Amino acid sequence: MTPDTLILLSLFVWFLPLGNFVLLIFFHRRIPRNGDWIATSVVFGTLVLASIILVSKFMLYQADIIQTNVRWIDFKVLHGGSPLGVELGILIDNVAAIMLTVVTLVSALVHLFSIGYMRGDVRYGRYFAYLGLFTFSMQGIVLTNNFFLLYVAWELVGLSSYLLIGHWFEKQSASDAAKKAFVVNRFGDVGMFLGILILYATFHSFRFDVVFNGIRSGIFPGGSEPWLTIAGVLIFCGAIGKSAQFPLHVWLPDAMEGPTPVSALIHAATMVAAGVYMVTRTFAMMTGDALLVIAYTGAFTAFLAATIAVVQTDIKKVLAYSTVSQLGYMIMGLGVGAYTAGFFHLTTHAMFKAGLFLGAGSVIHAMHYALHHQGDHHTDPQDIRTMGGLKEKMPITFWTFFIYTLAISGVPFTSGFLSKDEILAGTWAFAQLTGHTLIPIVAFSVAGLTAFYMFRLLILTFLGNHADDNRIQYIHESPHVMTIPLIVFATLSFFIFYSFNPFSAAGGWFAQLVKPPDFVVPSAMAATSPALFAETVHNVHLPAMLLSILVAGLGILGAFTTYYWKKIDANALAQKLAPIYKVLLNKWYIDEIYEYVVVNGTKRVSTILAWIDNTIVDGIVNGVAKLTVILTHGVRHTWTTRSIPALLYIVASALLSLYLGWEAMLTTLPETSSPMTVIQSGIVGVVVSALSFFLFYGGVGGFDAKIVDGLVNFVATLSGVLGLLLRRIQTGKVQTYILWALIGVVVLFIWFR
Amino acid sequence: MIVDVLTWLQQPGLSHFLIVSAIVFALGLYAILTRKNAIMVLMGIELILNAANINFLAFSRYSTHSLDGHIVALFVIILAAAEVAIGLAIVLNIVQNFNTANVDEIDRLKE
Repeated sequence: MTPDTLILLSLFVWFLPLGNFVLLIFFHRRIPRNGDWIATSVVFGTLVLASIILVSKFMLYQADIIQTNVRWIDFKVLHGGSPLGVELGILIDNVAAIMLTVVTLVSALVHLFSIGYMRGDVRYGRYFAYLGLFTFSMQGIVLTNNFFLLYVAWELVGLSSYLLIGHWFEKQSASDAAKKAFVVNRFGDVGMFLGILILYATFHSFRFDVVFNGIRSGIFPGGSEPWLTIAGVLIFCGAIGKSAQFPLHVWLPDAMEGPTPVSALIHAATMVAAGVYMVTRTFAMMTGDALLVIAYTGAFTAFLAATIAVVQTDIKKVLAYSTVSQLGYMIMGLGVGAYTAGFFHLTTHAMFKAGLFLGAGSVIHAMHYALHHQGDHHTDPQDIRTMGGLKEKMPITFWTFFIYTLAISGVPFTSGFLSKDEILAGTWAFAQLTGHTLIPIVAFSVAGLTAFYMFRLLILTFLGNHADDNRIQYIHESPHVMTIPLIVFATLSFFIFYSFNPFSAAGGWFAQLVKPPDFVVPSAMAATSPALFAETVHNVHLPAMLLSILVAGLGILGAFTTYYWKKIDANALAQKLAPIYKVLLNKWYIDEIYEYVVVNGTKRVSTILAWIDNTIVDGIVNGVAKLTVILTHGVRHTWTTRSIPALLYIVASALLSLYLGWEAMLTTLPETSSPMTVIQSGIVGVVVSALSFFLFYGGVGGFDAKIVDGLVNFVATLSGVLGLLLRRIQTGKVQTYILWALIGVVVLFIWFR
Repeated sequence: MIVDVLTWLQQPGLSHFLIVSAIVFALGLYAILTRKNAIMVLMGIELILNAANINFLAFSRYSTHSLDGHIVALFVIILAAAEVAIGLAIVLNIVQNFNTANVDEIDRLKE
């Protein structure tokens, strides 16, 4: 297993899904079962390859960074600077190897699940083709070693996300959601693009290592240190868009209009985690200030989304806001410096959140079937108020869902407990080191809220009695292709796969593989060094763990007293806290604010611009035209109706021509003149004056009518005659003309050869 | 013989690009001459424009090594975009008036 072999394998992992896409998008109608078996088996194949890469990276090249580069474009030396070019390459470090496996694993299981969930769909083949395109694009983000490919792959996942959200584009809400996701992401991507441009303009390379080495050697964008912070924050803007951070989180809940397995793959486990992954990639170049921005953005997003998730009633919307909240958690973890914990949470969250979405998909599938059998087309199959009591009918879905819920709530012995606990300890340590106590307070309260709303979802969906006694008999467990992925994800939600110690991930293979990189920014601007941070985390780990168990327990207890034992009436509580409840139900009015500021603002600016165009620009053009018409009308009027001005015109032109003739005579008269030459120049003068009078006077009438019109008419007649002749080859068929033109060109070519 | 072809393929030079461009041009011309659908004809025109672009880039790369060819190619791309916008608008109008996009049936200027 040489490094070259690993690179070759990673290329296979990268490009095989693209092969899926190309094959299925063109030929899915000719392949049996629309080719779902090809797509699924190929992605399972890449899963095997990715696991091989992960294991050999872990066993053989733990400390190495495997990298390869190709110089793609060479601009040579421009304007006397250093040589410019674009290098593309592959980078496999421990983070990339883990992420590669996570993406292929989730993708493979989602492919499998989709076989059951999407059966009989109108665009079944196309759906699998797009899944292939997405997997390919996502691997591009994972494997790249430069900002250039990162940006390309970044836009490609945006495209595939757009295509898959709009999979059922006949539904107005789905096509709107797809457009919204695409447009909102553009806002973040513009910032990221600017950040990349700043770095490229400074370091003349897109490669991560070149940029980092440049910063380490003391070169800064724009020659000053604040620009480094600005570049870092701009690059983070990309993550704000893609990882649905405040204020660009609004697209993710709407993206739930896509098929549920897509939500599991793209909008829970992988694509939205790309922003987090990108921050881990660029972590070393982030200054302390930039990381502070990142931490507060993440903390606020986590809190905002968690509060909204508490009042949502759509099963997928709850999970969507939970995803936004957990992504905020990861971003906050990275921002406070808990690098390993942030990425660890990404991995564990990918497993249990993909599982939660697939479980929700299984429930929706069953509800859909039951409602269909009842002939009920009005009840929303995703509304948790119409569910309840599904536990007996769907045991596998329930038990796996229960395990995921435990994991996301941070109950001990689950993977989520390990990772969340690390982040919480990180925020605590951060507060101790820097004094930002708000962050751990938010972090712990979000942990409690998460446990509360997830158990609310679980209780309302699976426990208690079903909302409709008639419907429950039609509910049945999903087929094996759908339950097997659920079981696999549930298994991977236990601690044992990440660390042998259920209470600390510090000794596990994950922490061994993923170590925070040293900052390359000057130490005066950098955040707390990883070593000191790790030590502080170690000191606060135990109290943080106990507190996190406590808040999770409180959250779960709250959910059970409210929704299971009904000791607290949720509706009465909502009545009592009506203002807060209303704000939460309306998602903090953020969509409304966007509608008012961005959409209406654009419309208003467009109205103003349209007014300028219609009134001022068109006014100038039309004014010139009108002026010309007025002037010409005046002249014509004078000429035809009034004889005195006409007479004046004749006299004036006569005088002018006499003057011209006189001038012509004088200029042709030499100094030493004989009578002969005097006569000659006199003749010239007379001719000139006669000609000019003829032109001035008759030019408008006689000359124009006779000579000018005659010439024009002659040309017209000539072309008429020629046209009659040439009419024979005029068939009216455009392509014949082109053929003639081609023949003509060929003849000319031969002629002038 | 085969070895010659292989070595020729391995060392890309000006002629390689010109061959590609010629192929693209010929395909575009073929599309224009044979397709009945106006949209297909427009696509053929696009191919021809792109063949020209390849030539511009290739000649600029293998002669002065400057960016002149790139600039012209960018202009061509912009013009092509404008042309397509207008062309498609015309085709749409034609389809509305004649109820067909077949270029052979559209042989009356006045309707």
